[in-house]
Amino acid sequence: MATEALRAPATTPVKPPRRRGGGVRGNENIAGWLFVAPVIVILGLFLLLPILMALWVSLTDWNGQGSPFTGDVPFVGGENYTRLFTEDGLDRRDFMTSIRNNMYYVGIVVPVQTALALGLALVVNNRMLKGKGFFRSAFYFPSVTSSVAISVVFLFLFANSGAVNKLLGLLGVNGPEWFADSRGVLHLLLGSVGVDTPPGALTSGGPFGLTWWDWFAGPSVALVSIICLVIWTTSGTFMLMFLAALQNVPVALDEASTLDGATRWQRFRHVTLPLIKPTTFLVLTLGLIGSWQVFDQVYVMSQGDPAKTTLTPAYLSYRTAFRDFDYGSGAAISFVLFLIIILLTLLQRRVMADRDEPRRARWWRRRVPEGS
Amino acid sequence: MAVLTDRPAAPVARRADRGPRAQVNRILGYAVLIAFGLVFLYPFVIQLGNSFKTEPDAAANPLSPVPDPLTLAGFERIFAGTNFPLWLGNSLLVTVLVTLGRVFFDSLAGYALARLRFRGRAGLFAAIIAVMAVPGVVLLIPKFLVLKQIGLYDSYAGLVVPLLADAAGVFIMKQFFESVPVSVEEAARIDGAGVFRTFWSVVLPMARPALITLTILSFQGSWNEFPHSLVSVQNPDLFTLPRGLADLVSGSLGKGTQYPLKLGAALLATIPVAVLFVIFQRYFVRGANEGADKG
Repeated sequence: MATEALRAPATTPVKPPRRRGGGVRGNENIAGWLFVAPVIVILGLFLLLPILMALWVSLTDWNGQGSPFTGDVPFVGGENYTRLFTEDGLDRRDFMTSIRNNMYYVGIVVPVQTALALGLALVVNNRMLKGKGFFRSAFYFPSVTSSVAISVVFLFLFANSGAVNKLLGLLGVNGPEWFADSRGVLHLLLGSVGVDTPPGALTSGGPFGLTWWDWFAGPSVALVSIICLVIWTTSGTFMLMFLAALQNVPVALDEASTLDGATRWQRFRHVTLPLIKPTTFLVLTLGLIGSWQVFDQVYVMSQGDPAKTTLTPAYLSYRTAFRDFDYGSGAAISFVLFLIIILLTLLQRRVMADRDEPRRARWWRRRVPEGS
Repeated sequence: MAVLTDRPAAPVARRADRGPRAQVNRILGYAVLIAFGLVFLYPFVIQLGNSFKTEPDAAANPLSPVPDPLTLAGFERIFAGTNFPLWLGNSLLVTVLVTLGRVFFDSLAGYALARLRFRGRAGLFAAIIAVMAVPGVVLLIPKFLVLKQIGLYDSYAGLVVPLLADAAGVFIMKQFFESVPVSVEEAARIDGAGVFRTFWSVVLPMARPALITLTILSFQGSWNEFPHSLVSVQNPDLFTLPRGLADLVSGSLGKGTQYPLKLGAALLATIPVAVLFVIFQRYFVRGANEGADKG
């Protein structure tokens, strides 16, 4: 109801309020530009211009001293980029490690938060339950709180003698030292079946300066705790999107299929799921876009440690620029990340436009919850 | 949001609503709701309880929500031993200015894009849509460069000005203004009101729901804003709450200690948004489905 008010398309096509001579049109022309001027100035100055400036800096060796736009700053061309991809060294190893970490992060966060959001939406949408409003708010509340404040809480929950380990202790499990544990989950799994030392074939080489063994480490224990936090904070937002979609599924359709003898699972699989397909796709792609941007949580909880296993490209670009004062490399990492995210966004807009033909006018409306 | 539960139940539905199977389903449903309700809310309960504990108590019984003994020592140290009051003041100032700016500038632009016919309007709108896709985290270094270059780095202006307008807000306002019938404005214009007068005293008062949504999104966004304050200031006197909190956790106090203090500070930083959330919940929900942008 409330959402519909905003969504409702204009009922009357916009037409000029008055039909008079050029005077009024000229007037509106000036007024129009005056009205949008503040937004243009702010977005231009702090969004577009910065991107161009950073593009320049990514081609230089600027160290943060003075202005990057004087002749004194050494121009290095594409060197900052080639160091990330083709030259063996610390820069490439760090960058590829951050890419690996973020890929595992995306690979877990996106499917789990999507499934959890859908599950919660299905339960909250159940016609027979009372008090759903309360639970809807409870699930959504973590999404609106400060990422920094929540990270502080999760630092406490995942502390060595924290709540999570106490809970695990009740189940007879000896919890790890979450933020000191750099062991990869896949390595741990292999270890539990007796594979402790990597086969030589996997340690001798691999793409982009990391060994195959390193690529297949899985997320570290420390990264898993950040993954838990993010799933916990973003599922609520996506649940609301699923909920809006589920409420557009006609009750009659569900009832008809019940009459036809369909089981609950069959109804879900063949009636509900196809009807909410556009939303599912939206949630998946928004998750993909958002989870390449994880930064706040890493900054507060782990700063890339232990052993660089919680390093992400976003945090690495920040650290390279502001801690190591290598602004050129930092900016170059930003641009590679920018490219990844823009490609995902274009993919989303393309597929949503195809799939969502009748409602095409709103496929680009949603925004990404940060840090998801 | 349309709730379909209240329509008169069809016979089928009624049969499905009763009987032993439905009963089991209902109990299962509640079990799931309560279990996940705990997962989503209990961390806040733990935070609340532990912020009133002594340090040994918090370390020994992190799961218990009940402080034993109850102490205000953590909070006393927040106010006496950290710059919390300063961060709070800075956050309030920044949040109020950013919210006012966003509401005003976004409405102006949204109105112009929805109603005023000026050359370049379509192109401008396309540009704003494109800008919405630019991810915030890749702008960290770029923003720092610009602020430095134009001399706003390390100042209140640097904290506030770059956030004074946002593409998502312009978009929300444009959508809203398009749904308002034109006739009202026409009447005002025929009476001789200028463009700004018409906007300010006729159209804007009608836009209350959209304005509330935008106010809430802006307040929440700028109150929680972290990365921007990270790259726009370095002087501790200009730290906002999230920046101060992050400093508290990763800085001098180190990890693993002083949890009651840290949890209490995080709690205090969460309260304003929590209160807003309780009062204006449906606007938050609308924001999430329309143009939510936490960054």
